[in-house]
Amino acid sequence: MKPVTQPLLEIKNLYQHFDLSGDFLDRLHFKNGRPALKEEKVHAINGVSFNVEKGESLCVVGESGCGKSTVARTVMGLLKPTQGEVRFAGERIDDLSVKDMRPYRKRMQMIFQNPYASLNPRMRIRETLEEPVRFHNPEWNEQQISDKVDEVMASVGIDPTWGVRYPHEFSGGQRQRISIARALAVDPEFIVADEPISALDVSIQAQVLNLMTEAQKARNLTYLFITHDLSVVEHFASRVVVMYLGTVCELATSKTLFQTPKHPYTRALLSAIPKLETKKPEFIRLTGEVPTPVNLPSGCVFHGRCPYANARCMEEIPKLTLQNDGSQVACHGIEEGRIPD
Amino acid sequence: MSHASESVAIAQSVDAAPSRWEKFKESHYWHSFKKDRVAQISFTVFVLFVLAALFSPLLAPTDPYDLASIDIMDSEIPPSWSEEGEDRFWLGTDAQGRDLWSTILYGTRLSLIIGVCAVLLQAFIGIVLGLTAGYAGGRVDSFIMRCADIQLSFSTMMVAIIFLAVFQAAFGSELYQRLALIMLIMVIGIAEWPQYARTIRASVLAEKKKEYVDAARVMGFGSGRIMFRHILPNTLSPILVISTVQVANAIITEASLSFLGLGMPVSQPSLGSLIASGFEFIFSGSWWITVIPGIALITLVLVMNLLGDWLRDVLNPKLYKG
Repeated sequence: MKPVTQPLLEIKNLYQHFDLSGDFLDRLHFKNGRPALKEEKVHAINGVSFNVEKGESLCVVGESGCGKSTVARTVMGLLKPTQGEVRFAGERIDDLSVKDMRPYRKRMQMIFQNPYASLNPRMRIRETLEEPVRFHNPEWNEQQISDKVDEVMASVGIDPTWGVRYPHEFSGGQRQRISIARALAVDPEFIVADEPISALDVSIQAQVLNLMTEAQKARNLTYLFITHDLSVVEHFASRVVVMYLGTVCELATSKTLFQTPKHPYTRALLSAIPKLETKKPEFIRLTGEVPTPVNLPSGCVFHGRCPYANARCMEEIPKLTLQNDGSQVACHGIEEGRIPD
Repeated sequence: MSHASESVAIAQSVDAAPSRWEKFKESHYWHSFKKDRVAQISFTVFVLFVLAALFSPLLAPTDPYDLASIDIMDSEIPPSWSEEGEDRFWLGTDAQGRDLWSTILYGTRLSLIIGVCAVLLQAFIGIVLGLTAGYAGGRVDSFIMRCADIQLSFSTMMVAIIFLAVFQAAFGSELYQRLALIMLIMVIGIAEWPQYARTIRASVLAEKKKEYVDAARVMGFGSGRIMFRHILPNTLSPILVISTVQVANAIITEASLSFLGLGMPVSQPSLGSLIASGFEFIFSGSWWITVIPGIALITLVLVMNLLGDWLRDVLNPKLYKG
């Protein structure tokens, strides 16, 4: 079954490993009396593949350290993948140089987690916003640049006359709006948002989310939204990717995922959402800790904590398989039908 | 009516960004300066030194470089307040019969020029290499910082002495005297760049992890633009602090070199060479030729160090090693 329309972003079999072993002298050690070089790696992403379709908001959820942000940073080219590819509108972008990447920079932008660190403290916000516009539109004159900046500032609800001020004169929510304005200033079609609201006050989170939704409608944007906040996912996402320890467990539309979660990890995750109901489903308590990504477990990365794990789970890495309702789940138990609904 | 004018006033208070001077008066720099007596006195003395250096041709009663105005018969006249002193020479004269006050003014000027220019050179080399090392990381970083370590393992004085002595021996002292100013600036400037490179690199490593740098990379900016336009302005406070101390150090280095006969020639004395030239006469009773320029030098250096201390307290760069 081939999709008729081309996905905007394709992530194919992505691996991202970070070397921990340091330089030559740190790595040198003796093994049975002979010198050897030791290698130690953090397996941040292990074979992640998914597509982002045009116009959707794809949310990536998972607990801390599961590789969500690494996926975002790899997609944006801030990190080179160890293996695998990233394609944007059909073109491979993960191996491009800074210069060749430039045309894509205008089409894909990023919003960062910490609004207190993502704006340059020594630049007035108008300078921060003008710089990318001027850089990506060298043929524009000052008036056009200024008009563009006024337009994006107004669209995120920041008065353009405040442009003469420095970032420290704004609140966290206002700064996050300015970050969004910076991303929108180059008219992108695709925005990666790396936990854009997790550093904000709850009352401000809704404002920023609504702003992003409005911008999506007005500018026809596609979002890759990284978050750990499941209520935000329910509200915001059209499709959801659930990640655990650098792998995708389940990929489904938001509605399917919240109604009928399939992967044992997704079930446990969803049961942890606090709800104001008397008739709550039983909270699934997982045993143990998340294994360290330095020494990945063999087979399914979740097998150590999964109540349904058997011998096959410990040996074979499960692949994402399409289910009847259109969701994709990576679980041997689901495939074999041995997990009760 | 009053309502309208009120709203206008509010709008203005939002719109008009305070001017730089107003901002400075509101900032904690000014508050801390107002409280700190030592900083105020040091700053005043430092400004006096700078003014004296800038306007030395106007302030000095005679031109110590003009051989025609010097009379060898005037040599070693004590300061005017002592019994044998003359009113013509306030601080007395040196062994060549030059007015000591004028010579100190011109010498301060030379010492400050050498100090400031050498530090500018240090800062330029150190900032470029330190930024590159910190931003590029990996092998480039290791290479540059190992070079800095090697450079630091020779003392500045040793490098300067060897270099200047070899130059003097190879090209003769006549050429050396003509180029002395430039040579001193070059030697002191090149020998001390690792101080800057280390400080800058440490701050760059801290800044590089912040998200605004990622944001700039995501915008597709080149590394030169990110380094100099985005990271450098955020690493300026430690640079400012070490600059004051480094100027003082450079002046001391120059004075030491001059004292050893490797600095400024006797015909154009800096504070250091003036001290050195008076040293021969200190036991024959002509103490003022050494002591008075010595006091001037010590005051200048002390004042700059105190200012540096104050700046470090105010800007609080944790990375600077005292």
